[in-house]
Amino acid sequence: MNTEIFGVIVMFLITCILAIPFGKYIAKVYTGEKTWLDSLFSPFEKIFFKISRINPASQMNWKEHMVALLTINLIWFLLGMFVLMNQGWLPLNPDQNPGMSAHLAFNTVISFVVNCNLQHYSGETGLSYLGQLWLMFLQFVSAGTGMAAAAVLFTALKERTTTELGNFYNYFIKSCTRILLPISLLTAIILVFNGTPMTFDGKDTMISLQGDSIQVSRGPAAGFIAIKHVGTNGGGFFGVNSAHPFENPNYLTNMTEMVAQMIIPLAMIFALGYFLNRKRLSYMIFGTMTVGFLALAIPNIVMEMHGNPAITQMGIDTSAGAMEGKEIRFGAAASGFWSIATTVISTGSVNAMHDSTMPLSGMNELLAMIINSFYGGVGVGILNFFIFIILAVFISGLMVGRTPEFLGKKVEAREVKIAIIIALIHPFLILVGTALSVALPQYTMDTLNNPGFHGFSEMLYEFTSASANNGSGFEGLGDNTLWWNISTGFVLILSRFIPIIGPVAIAGLLAGKKYIPESAGTLKTDTSTFGLMVFAVIVIIAALTFFPALAIGPIAEYFSMK
Amino acid sequence: MKSHNKSLFQKDLVQEALKQSCVKLNPKIMFRNPVMFTVEIGTAIMLAVCIWTLMGERSQGSLGYNITVFLILLLTLLFANFAEAIAEARGKAQADSLRKTREETPAKRLGSNGEIQVIASSSLKKGDLFYCEAGDIIPTDGEIVEGLATIDESAITGESAPVIREAGGDKSSVTGGTKVLSDQIKVSVTTQPGESFLDKMIALVEGASRQKTPNEIALTILLAGFTLVFIIVCVTLKPFADYANTPITIAAFISLFVCLIPTTIGGLLSAIGIAGMDRALRANVITKSGKAVETAGDIDVLLLDKTGTITIGNRKATHFHVAKHVEKAHFLRSAMLSSVSDDTPEGKSIIELARSNEYKHTAEELAMINSVTHETSDITFIRFTAETRSSGVDLADGTRIRKGASDSIRRLVEKSGNNFPQEIISRVETIASDGGTPLVVCEESPIMGKGVQVLGVIELQDIIKPGIQERFERLRKMGIKTVMVTGDNPLTAKFIAEKAGVDDFIAEAKPEDKMNYIKKEQASGRLVAMMGDGTNDAPALAQADVGVAMNSGTQAAKEAGNMVDLDNDPTKLIEIVEIGKQLLMTRGTLTTFSIANDVAKYFAIIPALFIAAIPALQGLNVMSLHSPESAILSAVIFNAIIIPILIPLALKGVAYKPIGASALLRRNLFIYGIGGIIIPFMGIKAIDIVVSLFM
Repeated sequence: MNTEIFGVIVMFLITCILAIPFGKYIAKVYTGEKTWLDSLFSPFEKIFFKISRINPASQMNWKEHMVALLTINLIWFLLGMFVLMNQGWLPLNPDQNPGMSAHLAFNTVISFVVNCNLQHYSGETGLSYLGQLWLMFLQFVSAGTGMAAAAVLFTALKERTTTELGNFYNYFIKSCTRILLPISLLTAIILVFNGTPMTFDGKDTMISLQGDSIQVSRGPAAGFIAIKHVGTNGGGFFGVNSAHPFENPNYLTNMTEMVAQMIIPLAMIFALGYFLNRKRLSYMIFGTMTVGFLALAIPNIVMEMHGNPAITQMGIDTSAGAMEGKEIRFGAAASGFWSIATTVISTGSVNAMHDSTMPLSGMNELLAMIINSFYGGVGVGILNFFIFIILAVFISGLMVGRTPEFLGKKVEAREVKIAIIIALIHPFLILVGTALSVALPQYTMDTLNNPGFHGFSEMLYEFTSASANNGSGFEGLGDNTLWWNISTGFVLILSRFIPIIGPVAIAGLLAGKKYIPESAGTLKTDTSTFGLMVFAVIVIIAALTFFPALAIGPIAEYFSMK
Repeated sequence: MKSHNKSLFQKDLVQEALKQSCVKLNPKIMFRNPVMFTVEIGTAIMLAVCIWTLMGERSQGSLGYNITVFLILLLTLLFANFAEAIAEARGKAQADSLRKTREETPAKRLGSNGEIQVIASSSLKKGDLFYCEAGDIIPTDGEIVEGLATIDESAITGESAPVIREAGGDKSSVTGGTKVLSDQIKVSVTTQPGESFLDKMIALVEGASRQKTPNEIALTILLAGFTLVFIIVCVTLKPFADYANTPITIAAFISLFVCLIPTTIGGLLSAIGIAGMDRALRANVITKSGKAVETAGDIDVLLLDKTGTITIGNRKATHFHVAKHVEKAHFLRSAMLSSVSDDTPEGKSIIELARSNEYKHTAEELAMINSVTHETSDITFIRFTAETRSSGVDLADGTRIRKGASDSIRRLVEKSGNNFPQEIISRVETIASDGGTPLVVCEESPIMGKGVQVLGVIELQDIIKPGIQERFERLRKMGIKTVMVTGDNPLTAKFIAEKAGVDDFIAEAKPEDKMNYIKKEQASGRLVAMMGDGTNDAPALAQADVGVAMNSGTQAAKEAGNMVDLDNDPTKLIEIVEIGKQLLMTRGTLTTFSIANDVAKYFAIIPALFIAAIPALQGLNVMSLHSPESAILSAVIFNAIIIPILIPLALKGVAYKPIGASALLRRNLFIYGIGGIIIPFMGIKAIDIVVSLFM
C-alpha cells in the first residue's frame, strides 16, 4: 500500500483506539471518581478553592453555570487586552516587539478567549514572550471552558429530574488539570525531543550556506504548540503555524500533533457514553461523526494526491500530488487529511496552505467548519452536535407517533426555539459577514490576494473560520485591517458563547423535566437509523444552506478549471 | 354521524372550501402561519414586479414570465388555504347538521308551583327545571330528577337504538337535541345557555375554538426558523451575485426563497391538526381539544374495565360438575329450575348451557329438560339477596332448590346437619383458580328428608372477547401497558388478565384504587388514559391524561374527561391512541418530506441563477433542465402542486403500524425522507419537459 495513505490510516486508527480508554478516564474525572492524578493536584486545588472562596461541592443550575462561565471569560479578556497592548514595556520581551494596536489586540484576545485563534498577527514579530505565555494560558482556559460546558451538558442529561448540575469551577479546574495538562505535557515532551524550541532567549543568529546571517525567532514554543493542539486552539507560535519547521519538525511530530488535536474531541464522545452509561448512544454519535469526517477527508486526500490538472497541463510533473503550499516532509496525503481534521475539529492549525488546496478541497474545508460538529472542538463539538440531535429528535420523534423526547425528557417548544436559534446563528454570522464584506469593497478589495471566485472563497472562509471558532485562514487574505479585526471579532464572540449557552440551556431545561421511562414506542436514539436522521438533518439544514454561496466560490472555481 | 360520507372531496364541501381559500388570503389571518405569510409577501412583491415590468422595466425578464411566477405563487397560497378550508369544511358540515337539531326547540319550563311555561330553549338557565314527554326534543343538557324515558340519541351518536334514561344513578343525564320516545321526565338544567354539550361540539367541529396545540406550536417555531434561515440565504445572495457580476431577477430570488422554505408542511400543518380531530369525530369520539388527541398518541398506560372491554358483558355458565351419587339429569333439572325465573345474564346462560348438546342428553332427559320451562306456574322464585348470597326456587312439592356462592351453600348444608362434601370443596377451588366463578346447587326435599344435599357445581366463566388478545399485542408493540380494572377477586382477576394478555390488573377495584393507580403511574412519568362513565369515575377521569367519558355516563363524568365517546364502546381507547399517533406521524413525515425536497430544488434553481454569468456552473444542472426560466418555473410549479397532491394524505393521516419505534422510523424515513429527495427530482424534470414546450 502507498505509504502516504498507510500513514494517514495509522494516524486515524491510533487516535480512535486511544480515544476509548481516554474517554472512560474523562468520564471518571467528571463523575468525581478517584483518578491517579488526584494525589498530585488535589492539594493545589484545595488551596486555590480556599483562596477564591469557592466551594467546589456547591451545586449550580444551568444559569449560574453560564454566569460563572461568562464572568471568568470577561476577566481573561480584559487582562489580555492589557497585556497585549502594553507588551512593549512589560517583561519577557527580548526581541523588543511593540505593543499591539487596539483593534488587533481586541481581535487577538477575543479569538484566543473563544478558542478560535484567528491570528491576524505573526508570532515572530507581533508578540513578546509574555504575550505568548498569556495566549498559552488562554489556550488552556478556553479549552477548559468548553469542556466544563460539556460536563454540564453531561450532568444535565444524566440526572433524572434536577436543577443541580454540579459546580462550574470544579468542572473547569478538573478539565485543565486532569485532562488538558497531562496530555499537553506529553505532547510537548515529544516535540522538544524532535527539535521544537522551548526557551526564553531571544532571536538566534544563523549563518546560511550562502554566508548570509539570518535572525531566527524562537521562544517557549513546545508548550504552546502542545496545548494549541490538545485544546483544539490552533494558534501557532510562529506565523505559518504547523508548517513551520520549529512547530512541526518531522512526520512523527506531525502524527503527534494530529493525534493530540483529535484525541479529546473523540474521547469526549466516549466519555458521554461512559458518563451516562449509554455506550450505544456514544457509538451512534461516533459513527455519525466519523461517516461525516471521512466523507470530507477521503475526497480531500484523493484530490490532493491526484495533483492539480491545470499545473499538469503546463507540463509539470504532479505525481507527488498538488504540492503548491505543502511541505515536502508531510506530503499530499497527510496534508489533505490534516486540512479536514483541523477544520472539522475547530483547531485551525495548518501544516499546509489551505488557500492552495484544490477548489473542492477548499469547499470541504469550508463544509467542515460550516458543520462544525463532525467531532468539533474540545467540549463544544459535542454541544454543537447536541443541537442537531435535538432537531433530529423533534422531527423523527413525530415520525414514530409520539411527541418527541430525548433520553426520557420531552422536547417541547422552548427547546426547539433555542435549538433553531443556535442552528440559525452560524449561517447568519457567516453569510451576513461575507455579504457585508462583499458589499463594502472599499474595506475588503485591497486585502484580497485573488480576484473572482477564489477571492470570494477567501472572504467566505474568513467568516466561516471565525464563526466556527476555527482560526485557520485561507491566508490569501490580508486580514490585519480595522474591518477584518473588528468584524470577525464580533463574529467570534457571538459564535462562541451563544452556541455554548444554547445547548447548556436546553440540557438544563430538559434536566428539570419529568423523566419518562422508555417503552417500545419510544424513539431509540442509539440506533444507526437515528444516526442517519441526524446526518440528514446536518446535511440538509447546515450544509445545503451554504449551497448558493459555495456555488459562487469553490464550485464555480472547480467547474472553471475543467 | 356514522352516516358521514367517506369521500374526502364532496362537491358542496369543495365549493365552500374554495370560497374560504380566497377569504383566508387576508394577511391578518395569514399571519398566524409564518411560513405561508412570507409566501404571501413574496407574492405581493411579484405583483409589484409585474406592474413594474408592465410599465416598461426591462431588467426583470419578460412580463409573461413574471406573471406566471406571480400566478404560481398565488396558487401555492390558495392550495395551502384550500387544505385548511377543506378540513374545516368537513367539520362545519357536521356542525350544521347538529345545529339543525337544536334550532329553537321550545322548552317546557316548570314554574315553582309546577305550572308549565313554554319558552325558547336558549332562555333556560342552569338550575331550571323542565318537562319533556314523548315526542319532545330535549332543549338542553340536564339531569333527570324524576321519571324514566326512552330516548333517541341518534342526532348526537348516530346510534338508532333508543336508550333508557332514569332519575338517580349513572344513567340520569340527558343531552340537548335528543328526542324523548316514550314516557315523561322532569329534568334539571346543568349548563348555562351557550355552553351545552351540543354548543361545545359545534364550536369544536367548526374549529372556532381551535387553538394551536403545544406540539403544533413547537413545529411552527421550527418551520419559522427554517424560513428565517432561507431569508438570510436569499438576502445575502444579492451581494454575492453582484460580486460575481450575475444579475438575478427578483422573480428568481422569490422563487428560490419560496421553494426552499418548508411550504409543503407549512401549508398543510393546520389541516393535519383539524383532520386529527375530525378523524376522532369519525370514530364517534368528541375531543374537547386538539391537545387531547395529541396526548393520546403519547399514552403509556391504558386502564380498561374488564366487563365490556376485555370480556363480553357478563359471565356465562360453561360447565356443570355433578356431585357424586347424584344423577346428571336431576342436577341439570334442578339447576335449570333454579334459574328459570332468573333473568340475569348468568341465569339465562345456565338454561342455555343445559339445553345445549354438550351433555349428550338422552331423549328422555331432553324431554324432561324441555318440560322445565312449563313448570314455572307452580314454583316460587327466591331472589338473590346480599344476606343469603343465594337464589333459588321453592317447588310446589315443598322441594327447595338453592344456588349460590359456595360458602353460603355450605352454611345451609352444615346447618341441616350434613357434611359439605370434600370433592365439592376441591372442585370449587379448581374453578376459582381457573378464573371461573363456582355456583353450588343444593336441594332440600321434604320427601327424601335427608336435609340439604349438594347436587353439583355450575362453573361460570368470563368470556374473553374474540380478537382482544391481538389488540393487546398490538398495544404492547406500541409500547403501551394495559391494565385491567375489575371488581373480581385477585385470583380470578389474575387468571383473566393472563388469558387476555393484559400486563397488569387492579382486582377488587374501588373508584379510589383507579385514582391511586393513575397517580402512581403518573408519578413515574407515564401518561395514563382511562375510560369511565359513573360519577364516581369523575375524579379519575380528570386525573388521567386522557379521560374518555362514555356518552351514556353522567354529566359529571363527561365534564371531567377530555373526550366523550358517543358509542359507549370501551375498546374505543385503542382507536383514540392510534388516531393520536397518526396525527403526530403525519406532521413528522410531511415535515421530513418538505425539507428533503429542498435538495432537488437547490439543484434546479442554483444553476439557473448563475448559468448566464458563470457558464461553468452548467455542471451543476444535473437534471439538465431546459433553460434557467423553465428550471425556476418547474421548481415553483412542483412546489405548488405538491400541496394539493398531499391533501388527502394530510386529511387521512399516515397509516400507523405497530412495528416498534425503530422499524417505524426506518420505514417513514425511507418513504418520506428518501422519497422526499427522489420525487422532486423526477417531478421537476417532468414539469420542465412540459414547460419547455411552451417556451
